[in-house]
Amino acid sequence: MAKPHELQDLVVQVRRDILRMVHKVNSGHPGGSLGCSEFFVALYNEIMELKDGFDMDGIGEDIFVLSNGHISPVFYSVLSRRGYFPIEELSTFRLINSRLQGHPATHEGLPGVRIAAGSLGQGMSVAVGAALAKKLNKDPHLIYSLHGDGELQEGQNWEAIMFAAGKGVDNLIATIDRNGQQIDGSTQDVMPLGDIGAKFEAFGWDVMHIENGNDLNQVIEGLRKAKTRTGKGKPVCIVMKTEMGNGVDFMMHTHAWHGKAPSDEQLATALAQNPETLGDY
Amino acid sequence: MKKYTDQGSKDTRSGFGAGMTELGRRNPRVVALCADLVGSLKIQEFIDENPERFFQVGIAEANMMGIAAGLTIGGYIPFTGTFANFSTGRVYDQIRQSIAYSGKNVKICASHAGLTLGEDGATHQILEDIGLMKMLPGMTVINPCDYNQTKAATIAIAEHKGPVYLRFGRPKVPNFTPEDQEFEIGKAILLQEGNDVTIVATGHLVWQALEAAENLESQGVSAEVINIHTIKPLDAEAIIRSVKKTGCLVSAEEHNYYGGLGESIARTLTTHHPTPQEFIATDDTFGESGTPEQLMEKYGLNNKAIEQAVLEVIKRKA
Repeated sequence: MAKPHELQDLVVQVRRDILRMVHKVNSGHPGGSLGCSEFFVALYNEIMELKDGFDMDGIGEDIFVLSNGHISPVFYSVLSRRGYFPIEELSTFRLINSRLQGHPATHEGLPGVRIAAGSLGQGMSVAVGAALAKKLNKDPHLIYSLHGDGELQEGQNWEAIMFAAGKGVDNLIATIDRNGQQIDGSTQDVMPLGDIGAKFEAFGWDVMHIENGNDLNQVIEGLRKAKTRTGKGKPVCIVMKTEMGNGVDFMMHTHAWHGKAPSDEQLATALAQNPETLGDY
Repeated sequence: MKKYTDQGSKDTRSGFGAGMTELGRRNPRVVALCADLVGSLKIQEFIDENPERFFQVGIAEANMMGIAAGLTIGGYIPFTGTFANFSTGRVYDQIRQSIAYSGKNVKICASHAGLTLGEDGATHQILEDIGLMKMLPGMTVINPCDYNQTKAATIAIAEHKGPVYLRFGRPKVPNFTPEDQEFEIGKAILLQEGNDVTIVATGHLVWQALEAAENLESQGVSAEVINIHTIKPLDAEAIIRSVKKTGCLVSAEEHNYYGGLGESIARTLTTHHPTPQEFIATDDTFGESGTPEQLMEKYGLNNKAIEQAVLEVIKRKA
């Protein structure tokens, strides 16, 4: 188990990675990535039981499914810093011939990625399938998944949410990143999502809340608690409130940085707010 | 001329069901999913024998494709079952991203393809599915011709690593291929040798092509008949070898000519051996209600239409 300040250092370093990756290619999605830095750091370094190395089947370890694939920068940063591939490879993000595609893909064989994601709303079904495979294999490990809140506007989610509860898929912890923003504006303005927790509950899920998904301790505690609630007949949903663009003052409280890269000047400001901790790639 | 006899007409979907039963017994990694069409897909026996390896997903095909992709993470070989329309057009992006682009070992098994679904009409009669599926990189596309071949194909695709689209149908059709056949993906089958024209047929049109060849012989036309069960990858070599001898070709399929087998053949021929070709396929149209026979007659997909096309294409030989 890592010491808390080491994990917090990792969060800051991951933010730097995200900012530098999207700045270099002048494209990508920094907002949602920054908002989920604590979640990814906690999940990969404190919560999931992972084997050494990587194989597609993931038998004998926990599995993570990313559904909102556009937050690939945070995924790639945390995977590389967890040892799945060389940290230097982060410098190839979105470049031609890179394994670090704009949205995660298995096609190029990047270790740590088990499903392509980008076209939204598909990850919940995939996570359910992976959870069913765990049960068939009598593998007691868990499936963790992450979904954007805006992504819940895609109907396929609700097919999967109905299935998971109806068929007792209780080895699945699906986290909803409730940042309240999407490309065209706030989720409230674009398409109100209502009470997400109540909706999952109505479908038969065990629902939990993380009130501040940018507080590392709250995230770790929340995920640990979720773990204890698996295996009881119901899938577990965590509605996790985050701030898009967290850690960079001018990227917060707006949807403007959903899919926009910072300028040279903006990058310098953002990096100054997040001083190097573990070493840049 | 070789003589083929109908060993007793059966539906190809029952061949799929029989293949699934056999797979259930011999391969513990095979799992089945169905979107509320167990009876239509004829997989009750598989379910009875392997209840823990069957997932009823309800009327939610998109979710079924995603769950199938997820089941491969853990080493399973999922076979999804629903009608061809709901196996392709309805779930194209789920197949594209979660299965094809992700390289998942999912077998998409599609019944009630084409016009021969009959009375339900055009909402259910997809004539675009071969095109949709063959355009996906890495997707294998198979359309067997009778009960025995469908059963053999079902068993064979479990051994193939990668996504497969297996297309079959609703009505009873002559069952004439050997019961004990080895199904080789991507390998054309030469059913009838001939010198004047090559007829390349897939699915329900294969029997019609054999009947056409028999009728043509009485008119002094010697037709070669090739059964293409695998539309992708296409056995280009078998087709080129045949047209080098006959000099012209008729393709026959229960599908729109846009995106169908005929187009794949035309590309092969124009690239390697330009040859006059006529197409037996639907003409950029939706279907309608009617009996399978009436529909195949109205839309020009039977032995008479093939004969006519043969006489036309022979005239075009240089």
